[in-house]
Amino acid sequence: MGIVEWAKSPWGQDVPIHIFWYLIWVSAIAGLVFLVGHAIWARYFAKPEEFAPGPVQVQASSLPERVARHSLAARMFHWVMAASMFALLITAFLPKVGVKFAWVQWHWIAGIVLIASILFHIVHASFFMDFWAIWPDRQDIKDAGNRLLRALGKPAPPPRRFAKYPLENKMYHAAIVLTGLSVAITGFFMMFRVRTPLFTRNPYLFGDMTWGMMYVLHGLAGVGLIALITIHVYFAVRPEKLDITKSMIFGTMSREHYLEHHDPERWVAGPAE
Amino acid sequence: MAIIRDIMPAFELFQPATTEDALGLLDRYGSQAWVLAGGLDSFDWLKDRIKRPSFVIDLSQIKELRGVRPLDGGVEIGAMTTLTEVVRDPTIREKFGLLAEGAESAASPQIRNQGTIGGNVSQDARCWYYRGGWKCYRAGGNICFADTPTAINREHAILGADRCVAVNPSDSAPALIALDAKMVIRNSKGERVVDAEDYFIGPGTDITRMTVLQPGDLLTAIRIPATWAGAHFYFEKIRDRQVWDFPLVNIASAAVFTGDRVDRIRIAVNGVAAHPVRLKEVEAAVTGKTRDAATADMAGQMAVQGAQPLRYNGYKVPLMRNLVKRAIRGVEEPAWAS
Repeated sequence: MGIVEWAKSPWGQDVPIHIFWYLIWVSAIAGLVFLVGHAIWARYFAKPEEFAPGPVQVQASSLPERVARHSLAARMFHWVMAASMFALLITAFLPKVGVKFAWVQWHWIAGIVLIASILFHIVHASFFMDFWAIWPDRQDIKDAGNRLLRALGKPAPPPRRFAKYPLENKMYHAAIVLTGLSVAITGFFMMFRVRTPLFTRNPYLFGDMTWGMMYVLHGLAGVGLIALITIHVYFAVRPEKLDITKSMIFGTMSREHYLEHHDPERWVAGPAE
Repeated sequence: MAIIRDIMPAFELFQPATTEDALGLLDRYGSQAWVLAGGLDSFDWLKDRIKRPSFVIDLSQIKELRGVRPLDGGVEIGAMTTLTEVVRDPTIREKFGLLAEGAESAASPQIRNQGTIGGNVSQDARCWYYRGGWKCYRAGGNICFADTPTAINREHAILGADRCVAVNPSDSAPALIALDAKMVIRNSKGERVVDAEDYFIGPGTDITRMTVLQPGDLLTAIRIPATWAGAHFYFEKIRDRQVWDFPLVNIASAAVFTGDRVDRIRIAVNGVAAHPVRLKEVEAAVTGKTRDAATADMAGQMAVQGAQPLRYNGYKVPLMRNLVKRAIRGVEEPAWAS
């Protein structure tokens, strides 16, 4: 038992063909273990959040009751991507665990939706949003070190409040970028191996080794997404995160949540659209 | 790759005497077990050393799986009944001659003496890339060697291809679908009965299987209801040579006419997709119509809608179209003479 299944090509070469499918269960179990572990830690061991006062103090009365967080376009992207991701996971992995149905057509259609939504997001985030807001900055790294030391009982100053996105969100986003782009790019080329109305089938677009690596990367990123999405859904329904989750539905978060968790210097609040 | 050595790799052989014993073995060994019926499909795989099961369960000693029995005006055929026994059975010949024609068109007399009806409907694809041991989609890989610009694919699918373009090679399968047969499947948990048309699956559903049978399952019998007994049947098989060959395309239909009017009809075609294709739209379109050249032309055109021929099998499109026309309109001479 390994990670990659190999086969002989017609020319006698050993080429990878795909991952071993037991990794589906490894990823699913890893996701569940994480959420159970986190739930126990959060319930019994986590200390209350403590933040250093920021340099900019804002009067609550100067803020709108609802602080704008996600634009309509950003929310639509998120939910379209979520729907396509779920469709992709269901069509990819249910047949592998015994639920048999004609999945290929639904899989590549969902893949097209995902690719289109990613392209939209790249343009939208690059030109119409604060591109760097979702990427970790120096303050995040410094605060993460302090939070870790404090969690271990070591002396360290309290961290500052977050910018628009907590570091955990930023790290999750980075992981989704990595896995999402991996499945999207490899999936796009894999569509040349099946019949679609979009391209002429061409299984010789790449050599056997390149194709094999592509299938392996698609599989690894795909099973990785099982754990990542499990964790994402878990955090979305945690009570302390519900304000953030609701903001992805309604676009705004409460003034109280903003003042409690976010640094007005690092994220300037604006009124709802 | 396929190296014909004529010496099978070692395996543990079981020859149970009852279905219960066979089911117990299948339950115990699961996907490691290989069910051996007549052996016409199995021995190719085993001698070529492409399939290497650890346990082979030979059904030949189970008497209850053999024979044709009357059942509610129809018949129940044990899965281990040989094709010759099916062809010679008087009830089948009298009431369900379509199946007799289909079974008799399979392979050669010697093979029909050994081959079983259960094996005929459950046999694996005959795509030579797959049978040659290449790690194609059907073998768990990630490519179809028969669906490439340079592949030799004269015998392959024109309909319903989903990555794999292999076809179902059974001659009795379309006849059973046309007769609305029921497949009796047992496993250690019990029995289920599946319509013949649902027994066969395409690569979209499971690319490594031709039927709904899962590890632990055993096809024990095929029941043909009285519904189509004595109807007007049509069977025709087109092959490269008139003996011992798989179908390029075959067709089976059962119909009831009032005068020239089509009262009800079932048509199934094989050799064009990974599973026998029941032509439901065609059946609906011709029901109630006059059985004439115009109806037959319309049916033929409708049958091949959506066909996507490969490089070398474009001939199957007019072949299938004409077979459907002949099944509707009929031909002057008998479709098949034994």
